[in-house]
Amino acid sequence: MAKSLSVSVVSADQQVWTGEVTMVVAKTVEGEIGILAGHEPMLAILAAGDVRLTLADGSKVLAQAEDGFLSVDNDVITIVARKAELVGSK
Amino acid sequence: MGAQLRVYRQKIKSAQTTKKITRAMELISASRIQKAQARVAASTPYSRAVTRAVSAVATYSNVEHVLTTEPEKIERAAVVIFASDRGLAGAFSSQVLREAESLSELLRGQGKEIVYFLVGRKAIAYFNFRNRASERIWTGGTDQPQFETAKEIGEALLETFLTDYADGGVDEIHIVYNRFVSMVTQVPEVVRLLPLEVVEGVEEPGDNKVLPLYEFEPDVETVLDSLLPVYIESRLFNAMLQSAASEHASRQKAMKSASDNADKLITDYTRLSNNARQSEITQQISEIVGGADALSSAKK
Repeated sequence: MAKSLSVSVVSADQQVWTGEVTMVVAKTVEGEIGILAGHEPMLAILAAGDVRLTLADGSKVLAQAEDGFLSVDNDVITIVARKAELVGSK
Repeated sequence: MGAQLRVYRQKIKSAQTTKKITRAMELISASRIQKAQARVAASTPYSRAVTRAVSAVATYSNVEHVLTTEPEKIERAAVVIFASDRGLAGAFSSQVLREAESLSELLRGQGKEIVYFLVGRKAIAYFNFRNRASERIWTGGTDQPQFETAKEIGEALLETFLTDYADGGVDEIHIVYNRFVSMVTQVPEVVRLLPLEVVEGVEEPGDNKVLPLYEFEPDVETVLDSLLPVYIESRLFNAMLQSAASEHASRQKAMKSASDNADKLITDYTRLSNNARQSEITQQISEIVGGADALSSAKK
């Protein structure tokens, strides 16, 4: 079992989602990026699109983060956007 | 009914009506403080995340950015004043304006020109009354600030900041707002927004640890370019939320003391009117007795 990442998705006026995940797939201005535990510290600008969070039990949470950025630091991931919302899970 | 008594009754009535209004405003503000405070708390994760990200860039890279570098000579400064739209909030607007005035004095003493950006009708009224010019104004919604307004203010400020001095731009930007300390204390606060000094929330790398390699995507400059405006917006939005919470708190306080004063007035006037009524009755009795005496002595 891989180590987990703690993720929080925040928008300007509230915290949208927070929890432990195993993998984050986000779309940055450079292209899609997948992040697992132990990733090097990073700051990236997000492009319009969904952020996919894979939970430990295999289920997925989709969040939309427009106009924001993603920071990775010691397995703590923060997805920050002016407007962020959950668009569903499967 | 004697004229004196009628005057007192009128005064009691007017104090009672005023009290109804101030009591209602007090209750409304009291319920809105909770909401305003909750909004301040809800926006904290965002501003914390943004601040940490900016600090990370500032700590782990050596990029010089136009927003963070101190200009050689500051010729013109902008002052953004966050007041309220409505009055009846005690010293709320006046204390922030007073703070802005003393800041202006200080800046002028350093030989800087000052342009003003005003938020809230009270600030605008203050400037209009003194025939002073302001660069831009925003009104409406000071008690329930929207993020869009913060964004708009941020964009306007950035634009002026990035303009050259010769074209009417400014070299530094200060904001003046009321910080919400507690229900009873709100402190006017001056913060220099630009050029940025990001120091808070920096996580110092441990002594034995090597500075972690931070990766920026696409590159440091672009990340900073898009991050700093966001940081400024979040600072502005935070100032607006704090100011809104302070406005409600200070209005509640002012309205509470107004209601208390009305209560006191009502008690005082009730006493006076009782006195007046009593002396009226006494006078009437003595008139009747006097009249009866006169009649009975005339019969003899």
